Amino acid sequence: MYAFSYQRPTSLAEAVAAIQADEAKLLSGGQTLLPTLKQRLAQPSVLVDLSAVPDMKGVAAVDGGLTVGAFTRHAEVAHSDLVKATIPALAHLAEGIGDRQVRNMGTLGGSIANADPSADYPSAVVALKATLTTDRRAIAGDDFFTGMFETALEPGEIVTSVRFATPDKAAYAKFRNPASRYAIVGVFVAKFGAEVRVAVTGAAGSVFRVPAFEAALAANFKAEALNGLSVSADDLNADLHASADYRAHLVTVMAKRAVEAAG
Amino acid sequence: MANPNGVGASVRRREDPRFLTGRGNYTDDFKRPNMTHMVHVRSPYAHALVKGIDASAALAAPGVVAVLTGADMEADKVGSLPCGWQIHSKDGSPMKEPGHFPLARGRVRYVGDAVAVVIAETKDQARDAAELVMVDYEELPAVAASTRAATPDAPQVHDEAPGNVCYDWHIGDKAAVDSAFAQAAHVAKIDLVNNRLVPNAMEPRAALGEYDPSSGEHTLTTTSQNPHVIRLLMGAFVLGIPEHKLRVVAPDVGGGFGSKIFHYGEEAVVTWAAKKIGRPVKWTADRSESFLTDAHGRDHVSHAELAMDKDGHFLGLRVATLANLGAYLSTFAPSIPTYLYATLLAGQYKTPAIYAEVKAVFTNTAPVDAYRGAGRPEACYLIERLVDIAAGVAGLDRVEIRRRNFVPASAMPYQTPVALQYDSGDFAKNLDIALPLVDYDGFAARKAASKAKGKLRGIGFSTYIEACGIAPSNVAGALGARAGLYESAEVRFHPTGSVTVFTGSHSHGQGHETTFAQLVSQRFGVPIENVEIVHGDTAKIPFGMGTYGSRSLAVGGSAIVKAMDKVERKAKKIAAHMLEAAETDIEVKEGRFTVAGTDKSLGIGDIALQAYVPHNFPLDELEPGLDEQAFYDPKNFTYPNGCHVCEVEIDPDTGVTQVVAFSAVDDFGNVINPLIVEGQVHGGIVQGIGQALLENCVYDDESGQLLTGSYMDYCMPRADDVPSFTVRYHEDQPCTHNPLGVKGCGEAGTIGASAAVMNAVVDALGAFGVTHIDMPATPEKIWRVIQDATPAMAAE
Ligand SMILES: Cc1cc2nc3c(=O)[nH]c(=O)nc-3n(C[C@H](O)[C@H](O)[C@H](O)COP(=O)(O)OP(=O)(O)OC[C@H]3O[C@@H](n4cnc5c(N)ncnc54)[C@H](O)[C@@H]3O)c2cc1C
Repeated sequence: MYAFSYQRPTSLAEAVAAIQADEAKLLSGGQTLLPTLKQRLAQPSVLVDLSAVPDMKGVAAVDGGLTVGAFTRHAEVAHSDLVKATIPALAHLAEGIGDRQVRNMGTLGGSIANADPSADYPSAVVALKATLTTDRRAIAGDDFFTGMFETALEPGEIVTSVRFATPDKAAYAKFRNPASRYAIVGVFVAKFGAEVRVAVTGAAGSVFRVPAFEAALAANFKAEALNGLSVSADDLNADLHASADYRAHLVTVMAKRAVEAAG
Repeated sequence: MANPNGVGASVRRREDPRFLTGRGNYTDDFKRPNMTHMVHVRSPYAHALVKGIDASAALAAPGVVAVLTGADMEADKVGSLPCGWQIHSKDGSPMKEPGHFPLARGRVRYVGDAVAVVIAETKDQARDAAELVMVDYEELPAVAASTRAATPDAPQVHDEAPGNVCYDWHIGDKAAVDSAFAQAAHVAKIDLVNNRLVPNAMEPRAALGEYDPSSGEHTLTTTSQNPHVIRLLMGAFVLGIPEHKLRVVAPDVGGGFGSKIFHYGEEAVVTWAAKKIGRPVKWTADRSESFLTDAHGRDHVSHAELAMDKDGHFLGLRVATLANLGAYLSTFAPSIPTYLYATLLAGQYKTPAIYAEVKAVFTNTAPVDAYRGAGRPEACYLIERLVDIAAGVAGLDRVEIRRRNFVPASAMPYQTPVALQYDSGDFAKNLDIALPLVDYDGFAARKAASKAKGKLRGIGFSTYIEACGIAPSNVAGALGARAGLYESAEVRFHPTGSVTVFTGSHSHGQGHETTFAQLVSQRFGVPIENVEIVHGDTAKIPFGMGTYGSRSLAVGGSAIVKAMDKVERKAKKIAAHMLEAAETDIEVKEGRFTVAGTDKSLGIGDIALQAYVPHNFPLDELEPGLDEQAFYDPKNFTYPNGCHVCEVEIDPDTGVTQVVAFSAVDDFGNVINPLIVEGQVHGGIVQGIGQALLENCVYDDESGQLLTGSYMDYCMPRADDVPSFTVRYHEDQPCTHNPLGVKGCGEAGTIGASAAVMNAVVDALGAFGVTHIDMPATPEKIWRVIQDATPAMAAE
């Protein structure tokens, strides 16, 4: 790590002020940022720790959905009775992130702001028609992820909460990278009345929807509705653990499994 | 009443409370007054000339004490890291031994090769300054794969090793094998890769150098499995420090798996630098450095063929192996793919003729050396995979073909065609225990049940044997070892009857503080709390060879027995004197010395006190003291053996393999502590499963960059990757040539497991027409096998 200074603001306004400093960086659960610092891949001047900012934590029921504070740890979402009762698929997704230590520290806001192509939460943000609230505006989940490690956030903008819509049925099926345990492919399927959303993470540079799957499932919300359907491998990721072809194959398999799990 | 802490008792590890409560004393825990911290500048290139090093900015950075380079070491006449084993090629020429300097001299040969060190007041200051050292590299073409390194146009790693060949060695009778193949009714063939692994001990390597100018003494505290070996190699060959002025301490060490046997350059650098700057110097690797610079394991590419008669009896085995040694020869590297590998190619079978060729090449990768099992897992994997293929070729059940070819217990001792003589073992018995244990008869029903769930089920056997208890010095010497391989022990009774045992073995996870104390408690009836085991400090213990090759109990334990024999003989003399009886009339049982036929007796505690308060000793015949030393040199290797059985379920949609059952039946000879043995087997099996399904060290062949340099990409097995294991052992075949009858259990799990897993995987995929898949059997590899199969096969 390079040396940096550290601040722990106790209000959103203070945090917003602090993050304007040159090369300032927000610190949430630290599960991505701290390893990056330890490897000397980043050199922030100051870390602005969000852990003491009020109103950024916890889960609340709102009309037609749930609001999850950006500083809510993965373990809290996984174990929340409210989440389990309202959107069990979201609790299941959180329970499958990394390992226990990571879940006890990592947060929703950190995960989506980081926009790792193989992170799990982006699929839920897109499939569950989420709306993100920041210190200055609301952003539709559909517009948030703009590319690999890229989001619609402006410099110094702080995500404060995410509102997820409650689906009729939903499930998340993940194919883990055996080493890192991030998603090689994760598919979130959600049904809202006649509308179905299928959001895929891990497979490409950023989360994407699969209109052909969505149409087939809207007509018949059964795994077999996806028989014969697949995504093109052309723009998919390839690495040591999975080629683009294999990822394309897994997208269909995981989508089917999610539909089966959604019931 | 049986001794609750004696031989055969599952005594809980006495060292664990210390480790589990964070009170271990590891090298990095040591802090010395005025201590400095060292950080390496390492090559980012796999192969480059170092045209210049500009340290001026680093030297001006805050807290920097010194920046030292290979040129500084050369000026101080520091030598090359020596290699402890010499192999000769087929043509009689000695292996190529290019220089291996602690800090590179003019050329770097792998990513992570050390170029310079920065020594500063704090570790962070040293890190900051290391980034300021400007190294002028001229990149050269690199090669990482052994197969390409062996081709004529490959980049040359060392000028003195043309064609990158270190040696081209062979063993066995080629003519006999050729004639066996000429008569064969069936021939089984295999091409396989034994994947390269990164050892991943929990504690990264670390070293602390100190120099006392008043006494001229150097002290090196280091993460080593064998401190005396380091003292000898570093003192005599690298730094020129005589033994009496060099102390090497290996305190608590958090795992080694072989990777901490070797003498590494960092040890020499801290020792040398401490004197140069006049202050203690500490270096601790971070995990990325461990990935890049710990000696790796395995990395073989082999072709093998097995000749059989019409009934599936093995007639001859032919093996050709290409071994990757990395950029430099690590301490025992040359012996691993030769005498620790090819000598095991008989396996449990009475194959009458065997011929093996091993070509070892240099590449632009980290050095490769012993990793848990060291050569023997490679041999076991090759044979056991080939035997499964042979069963298919000969049309025999995989259990039956093994039985048909086992060396029978009645043939022991058995001389193999590849140098070793097995002393004992009943291979059929292992199988007889295993088959009902795993319900082999019920397998077909389990397979059908899996199929009903859409899963493919397979079962795999691995009937392994290893050569442990390394090693008889005369044999090792004849095979090229430049060291003896005995072990030392000293058993010291104190006046009040407590005991300190000094052992040349080194414990870094094996539980010696418990097992060795059980030996003493059993022999003398001393409560186990009154026995202290001391190891790992050349200033305290007699010259010892350390721990590797499952040798600690078989060799180190035997040395303790020998020292205890001497103690008992001496105690008998003292007892005879005290009881005014003839020595021949004294009977000894568990530390009680009785005049035969009387109730006159003394405990060992009374005798120990007298030994140190010898008021009326006949000094001409009886020396005071009760403190004896022994060196034990084994008469033969020991041959642990067993039968591992694995069942897997494969998800054909994703290619994911799940190990659903794993059983091990082992013959370790006599067992001193069943709990520790079971723990060793569990850990070993996990590593074996890791190699089979998860672990793979990958370099980019052209750039020589390590692609699996962290746990994000290098897949270590975790608890949820493995099932609960069923572990059994029998004690019917004790080792015939050591006093404890023990064979060793440290590597067995790793040696046996990979083949059992892969045999199960291939069995599960049998319908798709494959006979072999290389490790690790990743989901994508398996998925491709299924994809590539014909639709008819897939419909099966
Ligand atoms: C071993 C390991 C395994 C993991 N496995 C998985 C996995 O399986 N699936 C998965 O999805 N993730 C995984 N992760 C990632 C982890 O779950 C975290 O979600 C992720 O690291 C980021 O969250 P964080 O709270 O730790 O953020 P931090 O590391 O603190 O921050 C990450 C980035 O987001 C920025 N940031 C943080 N909060 C905000 C905010 N409120 N507004 C704007 N910007 C912000 C920070 O400045 C930083 O750039 C893993 C991590 C580790 C270390």
